[in-house]
Amino acid sequence: MITRRGLFEAAGGALAFAGGGVLTAPAGGAGSTNSGLLWLSPLLPAGTRANAVLDTLPGKKPLIRLTGRAPNYEAPLAYLRTAITPNDEFFVRYHLADIPEVAAGTWKLNIGGEGANGNLQIGLDELKRLPVFEVAAVCQCSGNRRGLFQPHVPGVQWGHGAMGCARWKGAKLKDVLDLVGLRKDAVEVVFDGADGPVLDKTPDLVKSLPVWKAIEETTLVAYEMNGEPLPHWNGFPARIVVPGWTATYWVKHITSITAVTRPFDGYWMKSAYRIPVGIFPLVARFISQETAATTPVTEIVVNSFITSPADGASIDAGGRTAISGITWDGGYGIRSVEISADDGKSWMEAALGEDPGKFAFRTWSHEFTPERRGKLALIARATNWIGQTQTREPIPNPAGYCNNVAQTVTLDVV
Amino acid sequence: MWWIAIFVALAFVPAPVSADEPAVHLKQAPGVDVVEGHCGACHSLDYIPMNSPFLDAAHWDAEVAKMIKEFGAPIDPADAKTIGDYLKENYGE
Repeated sequence: MITRRGLFEAAGGALAFAGGGVLTAPAGGAGSTNSGLLWLSPLLPAGTRANAVLDTLPGKKPLIRLTGRAPNYEAPLAYLRTAITPNDEFFVRYHLADIPEVAAGTWKLNIGGEGANGNLQIGLDELKRLPVFEVAAVCQCSGNRRGLFQPHVPGVQWGHGAMGCARWKGAKLKDVLDLVGLRKDAVEVVFDGADGPVLDKTPDLVKSLPVWKAIEETTLVAYEMNGEPLPHWNGFPARIVVPGWTATYWVKHITSITAVTRPFDGYWMKSAYRIPVGIFPLVARFISQETAATTPVTEIVVNSFITSPADGASIDAGGRTAISGITWDGGYGIRSVEISADDGKSWMEAALGEDPGKFAFRTWSHEFTPERRGKLALIARATNWIGQTQTREPIPNPAGYCNNVAQTVTLDVV
Repeated sequence: MWWIAIFVALAFVPAPVSADEPAVHLKQAPGVDVVEGHCGACHSLDYIPMNSPFLDAAHWDAEVAKMIKEFGAPIDPADAKTIGDYLKENYGE
């Protein structure tokens, strides 16, 4: 749905013609009557629905702007139909509003800390001389679909699009750490980027990983995304990539990597991005940061979306209808995607598409023939190879993380 | 004296970081200027309507307190009360 307000504001932006042009593009795909990019779930807060607009950041296609400063822009669901998300369709998420444009030539990465055997500063050329590794992985905000929790919880009111999947290329973080050498008593590796707060007193976004995750073969200091340098909005010139774990750890514009022998106690570890212990079936634990009550959010929970037909689309009774979407999890691999047309009483197994790797989106599709006219609710449910599946209701938690409710799309059968 | 006008304008407009930041029009009600001045110093004002209308009075107070205690916003108690009252009245549950 494109509201009058949305059109007006998008047209008033600096890149009015780019935004306006795409509004009329056939982004909704075949069979969709609700083909606008600015589709906003009716479950979102009314204030979010009234204020979200399409807006075009430099170098990006129109994204759904939830906030302007810091920039929080999600991908329209129509951009999430493929296993790999193009860079210009990739979501943008910042906590803090001081975001410098980093110059590749002068950028430096500091490596060291009291948990390392030395300190070193390297430039981009030196980073690129390390062995190159590439992995396709989903970068998903911990709070994706926060806006769909009932009751609502405060925070950026994301719909479906605070995520994307790219081929990330860079050096293994392990190889970067080996440049200085980790001490045996190192417990965490701490990351800081060039972006920061407006006020000195505001805690900078500094994150840590347990050493075991930091030195995993797939954890990268990435400088390429889908074969190109990282876009500014996605962390140029280099960012941390932690396949399987939520995007809170994927620190952008990385400037320092510090090994520590005691748990890092910054605000963004101790107070933010935490979930109550035991309510989600997460396997990977971050033990040095756990308390009796809460634990850091870690893995991406198993999930799936129906991306076509769009919610509200009309389809023909008695005709073959193609349903398709994407599925992903924290790296255990998707075993199945099932579709229900009867509120979960029975399930039809969908066909899984190309497999770019266990950390990536995987497409799925299914054809079926609706018999009766009227409203038809389709539900998709993914299950991974360790038996985790999606919930039917959100699991309440104070900050609205880990929403993997089986999505329902309602169609008009005519 | 044109430079005085520019100086005054720069000093008192709740400043977006970039000149092309889209304007956010909050509900015009008592306290809106205090809200724009303090909240807009660090973030765009769309955070407020986005988080509405589902927060009750206690939750809006908690958000204001978080900005002061956790994020270091330099807001004195009188302005904090003005901001809290405005948010509850105009963007509350």
